[in-house]
Amino acid sequence: MADTPKIEISRRGFLKGAGITAATGVIESANAFARDAKGALHGAQTIGPDAQPIKLHINGHELAVSVEPRYTLAETLRDNLGLTGTKVVCDRGSCSACTVWIDKVPALACMTLAVDAVGREITTIEGLSHGDTMHSVQVAFVKHDAMQCGFCTPGMVMSCAALLERNPNPKLDDVKHAVSGNLCRCGTYPKVFAATLDVAQQRAQASGLVNLDTGTEA
Amino acid sequence: MTPETFLLEEQQAAAAQEKPQEPKRTENFVFGIPQNGLQQKQREVPVDEPPPLPANSELTYIGKPTQRYDGPAKALGKAKYTADVQLPGMLYARMVDAKIPHGRIVAIDTTEAEKLPGIRAVHVIEHVYGIAELRDPKQEPPSRYPTIRYVGQPIAGVAAVSQQIADDAAKLVKVQYDAIPFVVDRSAARADDAPMVFPGPADAAGSAGGGGGPTDVPQKGNVHGPKRRLIGNMDKGFADADVVVESEYFTQVQTHSALETHGFVVDWKPDEVTIYASTQGTASVRDEFADVFKLPKSKVRVITEYMGGGFGAKFGAGNEGVVAANLSRKANAPVKLMLDRRQEHIVSNRPDSHQKLKMGAKSDGTLTAIQLTSYGTAGVGTGAGTAGPATNLYKCPNLLTEEYDVFINAGPGAAFRAPGHPQGCFAFEQAIDELAVKLKMDPLALREKIDESPARKAERQLILERTNWRNRKPDGSDTGPIKRGMGIAQSVWYRFIDMDSSCEVRVSRDGSVELMSAVQDLGGGTKTILAQVVAEEFGIPPAMVVIRIGDTRFPIGPNSGGSVTAGSITPAVRNAAYQVKQKLFTAVAPSLGTTADNLVVQNGRVVFRNDPSKTYSLKQVAAKLPTNEISARATRVPEYSKARLTYGGVDYVELAVDTETGRVHVEKVFGAHDCGRPINPTGVISQINGGMLQGISYALFEQRIMDRNAGYMLNANLENYKILGAREVPEIEVVLVENYIAQSSTDAAGIGESAGIITLAAAIGNAFYNATGVRMRRIPMTPAGVLTALGKVQEEVQA
Repeated sequence: MADTPKIEISRRGFLKGAGITAATGVIESANAFARDAKGALHGAQTIGPDAQPIKLHINGHELAVSVEPRYTLAETLRDNLGLTGTKVVCDRGSCSACTVWIDKVPALACMTLAVDAVGREITTIEGLSHGDTMHSVQVAFVKHDAMQCGFCTPGMVMSCAALLERNPNPKLDDVKHAVSGNLCRCGTYPKVFAATLDVAQQRAQASGLVNLDTGTEA
Repeated sequence: MTPETFLLEEQQAAAAQEKPQEPKRTENFVFGIPQNGLQQKQREVPVDEPPPLPANSELTYIGKPTQRYDGPAKALGKAKYTADVQLPGMLYARMVDAKIPHGRIVAIDTTEAEKLPGIRAVHVIEHVYGIAELRDPKQEPPSRYPTIRYVGQPIAGVAAVSQQIADDAAKLVKVQYDAIPFVVDRSAARADDAPMVFPGPADAAGSAGGGGGPTDVPQKGNVHGPKRRLIGNMDKGFADADVVVESEYFTQVQTHSALETHGFVVDWKPDEVTIYASTQGTASVRDEFADVFKLPKSKVRVITEYMGGGFGAKFGAGNEGVVAANLSRKANAPVKLMLDRRQEHIVSNRPDSHQKLKMGAKSDGTLTAIQLTSYGTAGVGTGAGTAGPATNLYKCPNLLTEEYDVFINAGPGAAFRAPGHPQGCFAFEQAIDELAVKLKMDPLALREKIDESPARKAERQLILERTNWRNRKPDGSDTGPIKRGMGIAQSVWYRFIDMDSSCEVRVSRDGSVELMSAVQDLGGGTKTILAQVVAEEFGIPPAMVVIRIGDTRFPIGPNSGGSVTAGSITPAVRNAAYQVKQKLFTAVAPSLGTTADNLVVQNGRVVFRNDPSKTYSLKQVAAKLPTNEISARATRVPEYSKARLTYGGVDYVELAVDTETGRVHVEKVFGAHDCGRPINPTGVISQINGGMLQGISYALFEQRIMDRNAGYMLNANLENYKILGAREVPEIEVVLVENYIAQSSTDAAGIGESAGIITLAAAIGNAFYNATGVRMRRIPMTPAGVLTALGKVQEEVQA
């Protein structure tokens, strides 16, 4: 990751016409710089609009990157850090293709400013697996063919894996709810459901838990 | 390709088969449908064709559920799509597009944009590709800029060191327009005094994926057509009829909404232009770049390793590809240009339709006359015809179809998964049910009477055996506010073959096997089926075959439109694999102490025919190669017979209509489909699931909404353009019907079109009628539309 080429952002004038909204955005997002490790606020600091160095905690590594305050986490992951597994589809929070985990909770990277992710623990699709050793949800997606073009797949996997973290024994409706924001144009949903329920069942069997669906002991 | 005329006109491929003197041999092929009893079919085939394949039940890898070849790469997020490509020094670009629906550009000022730090290139376009063009360009005053005919029409592109700077710069390009009156409403555009989208007759060509309308038809105002076809005598047809139904149907504009937008990364270098493309046809992209930039094809390389959905809209260079190439040339750096989501909604669509159907039948159901008139708009393009199902689903002695395109000031239509058929089927297959009601026949039984397709016969039988059809209640008999119903609809699609389907198979001395072809995998699973076909020939698991595709440095591959891919490329792959296997056997036989014709692959081993105790692994055999590698290249050979074939499917829907809220809940879908010899049932079923869900989405949710006063698309995004999500997914069951056709060395066929997208809106309409006794003549079936149809609210004024 350290040798990922970074793009130099040259200094530029503040856009005329960008107006109050953009300026306010900069000030608000700059608040993130004043958070301590626990996320507590210690007053505002104004930065930007030029690129500033920040450090992001991604997939267990601390990565240095230079971003303008307006950069989204999705743009920063993809364009600046080369982590292109996170996809941008709608770029406005309506499709969940860019789903990552922030402090273990699914979040939309296109709706999160990079500066607001400082001090948070970010997990992307690249960090869900251990190298080429797939996470059990990824294994199940392959087994059930829960993908076609694959563009929604990273976001789907992140949503389903997060569901199983918070609910180890989900029902079909729980899976539908967990991916209700994840749009897929190829129509892989039925197999996404099957894959996720399969992982839950296998985990329950492996841990000797009672399967609540069937009432039988695995 | 012209699906509408498929059964009526000569196929070009037939001519190619007339080559005399080609040595042939006679072979017996498995033929027919297992459910109906398999038969043998004798064919004359070229002498160097591989031996016929037996039925799937006798094969090891072909026909067996197989894990997606690139599944792990996609699940891990490692698959690199065009949108993910990053090259050293790469710039990011943004298209600048028109903000008015109709007008002439007076001036374009790019100076502010060029002053922005980080900007590297600006390009103003001189020609718009992919829309209709005037037959006589002199009907418009000359201008250095193209006339603007729709909001979102490409005007320029900017490239910068970051996407953010490119986005900023795009907003700084100032365009001064001279506005012209416009029209964005299909019915308004048909009026004599409507603003003219084009000042004279204009035509649009289709893409490598189809679409496009006729070019030899009259045009009056904005109305282009008709494309007219008459068989038999309509007066006689209706005179012969015991019952006649007349009905009208309306469908909406649907946008492709592929998750990866259209886009390119172009690296223009003097010795070679390298193009990463989100495309359905590397060959089509190469052809168009070579054509537009006057380059030899040998200097144009197109790469599509992964692509995030196309559904018919992604062929050729596109305006964005041409702009990216110009920016790359000007900036002397690679340029990535992906459309944004708004632009994706405008760049292409499935045209809408207003269809009038009149059909006659004898009292036993025999069709005597079919008359279809359709008006549809493909915006500034053509290709809104809907006559495919009415022409090709059932035989009828008297047929008249008249298809009109209506120009409006909106983005161009394009091929979209079974062009014309979802619209046509929505009307035609509901009209068949209307006939059944009038004839007091069961709708399935009526189809049994009029449908000659043996595959669909087997598929209807599956519907009878595996669904609740036999328990279907009388129409509109539910008494509560929630009314349930079931319905069916049938599809037809055409066996198209792209002869530009080539590949190379290579075996190395270490026993490794590679396949190379420029063909691309859209997500339908092309890589997987190619691996299976090679694996079957060598007796090794598909995962051990390395598949390298999506690069024009490899032998040319077919453009993936119209379900051509599997049927076109897999025979070439099998032939190449078979030939290299024969070469291998010939090369190693002496060192094994035998002859090549005594070697055969059985149960994953190379075996002596005359002594089955002598067996070797492929690795052991390859180790005896005198050279480091051997390879064979093969190209698609013509079809074994001139038979013009179709594929199809029968889909069954159970749904509930909430007559108080107007919501339609599709609860269960069962589909039986045929696509020749299925190579990977897993992938075929995934595609059919997807077609069905797209069909439900088309029937219930999707609709482009134009602002009639301002002329732009109001919902060019994914929050207001609603596509089906997880919560709307019904229970789905798919059964594949094997259909051996003895046409090629694999008998494979694509499934992209005949996968449920054609039938679902019609099946939902028929089920809605069974539930409520009310016919839905308009999609999408929104709550407002349903309540209107049920007479619970006053009719809206609609196009």
